[in-house]
Amino acid sequence: MRNTFASTFYEMATSDDRLVVVVADISPAGSIAQFRNEFPERFINTGVAEQVMIGLCAGMAQKGLRPFAYTIATFSVFRPYEMIRDDLCYQDLPVSIVGIGGGVSYSTLGSTHHAMEDVALMTGLPNMQVLAPCDPVETAAATRWLATKSQHPAYLRLGKAGEPDISSNAEEPWEFGRIRRLRRGRHTAFLSYGPILARLVTIADRMESCHGLSPTVINVSTLKPLDLDGIAKVLRSHEEVVVVEEHVPRGGLASYVKELAWDIRASCALKCFTLKDEFLHVYGAHEDLLSAHGLDSDNIAKALTIHG
Amino acid sequence: MTIPNAPDWTAAAERCRNYRRRILDISQKISALHIAPAFSCLEIVDAIYNVLMPQDGPPDTFVMSKGHGVMAQYVVLEDRGVLSREDLDTYCTPNGRLGAHPDYGVPGIEASTGSLGHGLSIAAGMAYADRIRKVPRTTYVLLGDGEMQEGSVWEALMMAPNLKLSNLVAILDFNNYQGLGKTTQTHPHFLPMSEKVASFGWEAIDVDGHDTEALVNAVGNRQGDRPLFLTCTTVKGRGISYMIDAPIWHYRSPNRAEYALALKELGFELGP
Repeated sequence: MRNTFASTFYEMATSDDRLVVVVADISPAGSIAQFRNEFPERFINTGVAEQVMIGLCAGMAQKGLRPFAYTIATFSVFRPYEMIRDDLCYQDLPVSIVGIGGGVSYSTLGSTHHAMEDVALMTGLPNMQVLAPCDPVETAAATRWLATKSQHPAYLRLGKAGEPDISSNAEEPWEFGRIRRLRRGRHTAFLSYGPILARLVTIADRMESCHGLSPTVINVSTLKPLDLDGIAKVLRSHEEVVVVEEHVPRGGLASYVKELAWDIRASCALKCFTLKDEFLHVYGAHEDLLSAHGLDSDNIAKALTIHG
Repeated sequence: MTIPNAPDWTAAAERCRNYRRRILDISQKISALHIAPAFSCLEIVDAIYNVLMPQDGPPDTFVMSKGHGVMAQYVVLEDRGVLSREDLDTYCTPNGRLGAHPDYGVPGIEASTGSLGHGLSIAAGMAYADRIRKVPRTTYVLLGDGEMQEGSVWEALMMAPNLKLSNLVAILDFNNYQGLGKTTQTHPHFLPMSEKVASFGWEAIDVDGHDTEALVNAVGNRQGDRPLFLTCTTVKGRGISYMIDAPIWHYRSPNRAEYALALKELGFELGP
């Protein structure tokens, strides 16, 4: 995803000189390095200094540029949070914050590097838009939208590298602010976002081959503004809705769907799988961390009414 | 860098006397305002808007990073016709649009501040954007001495010379007071400021912050190859004897008798 972001940004920025990128001592992935060489004035490295990264972006946006701030998700959100709130959101500026390694994808680096609460913090901010594409194809679409259309601050939550494309054959196009059906099914619907969607598609495949029953898979790739009408339709048209997210239990998609289900008096069963509300002292592959949090495919499949 | 106008220092002093009067008048209607922090930076804000900025054509940028000093900015913007008399008369009321801290979107207000430690980074971003877009404009930013304790200020102090922002002028309103006392007493090893900032790559100059001529000349005579950091020694509550060395005036409004005394000290007759 980070390489796709880099190549898409490069493609957009070569034709729009308002696009600038400010990084905080993170080595620029792929084409961003090329961008730095070709357009050194529009590439700034603040070093290990995230507060000034956001402040610089605010000032540049106020003078007509469209800046992207780019670093590891935890450092892009937690350290400069008040700058994001006051400089970007209060002033309502078109600055995009790109967080690499959403969730626990930096699985060996410990919880200092795990963006587990970022969606709660960012969706809580007035004026902030939150995008969490599920694969490289969606990352490109979201980056293009941010570069050309976005009028407000935005947070782009990305994984790392090597995520498979799972949305290429989706019947609906990616659209900002709209949920997207990746797979049409019945009875059960998955609601999720980000790279973890790939394993839900796998579970859906398994359920279809074992039981002839295929769940619907819905990608909530925009977390703010949330597509309430779209999600309400999913809640009304399925017997069982399962929310899966690589985020703590409070303040993410699970919380928002529960709120909505109450508001519309939904009658479906609702199950939520999230990261635990804990800092786990577990190290290993991304898969190992997800398992430790109870987010492995088997655990999710077992909890469904119709087992996968 | 040349000074754009032929400055009239007597006129500047008279403007500042009237600005102080205007702030005192507003304090009799609305008690929610910071008088003393505005009085310490009044000559600085006046010098930026009325002398240093081009008086014709597009203005330079001014960011009030010590947002609680914004009354000084409001009265100057009113004088220049950017804000209306009604704007100031409805200060901090539901019918108006001016609050006790600057709010981006209000005419003349370039950044929303109030939380300290934000303005220098924003101003650096503005100056950088101007430079790469080749807009011939200077960005001025005013900081408070307590504000210098924010770590974010030092991130920006580090970056501005790295980015070669010769179009950035940071001005420190060094009135030596913050919430819990005199900065020189609470943080003695934090001072002097100029040598620290100079070691970060700024051109750093010390000047009397109530001497308009000295202020203007310090900016005008700068070398101009680096960002400029002007440490202005000021007096919190300058102009009103009982506000000086009295921390309560950070956020207190004078009663009727105190108001009358203040006007008298400024040389005004108290009206009917």
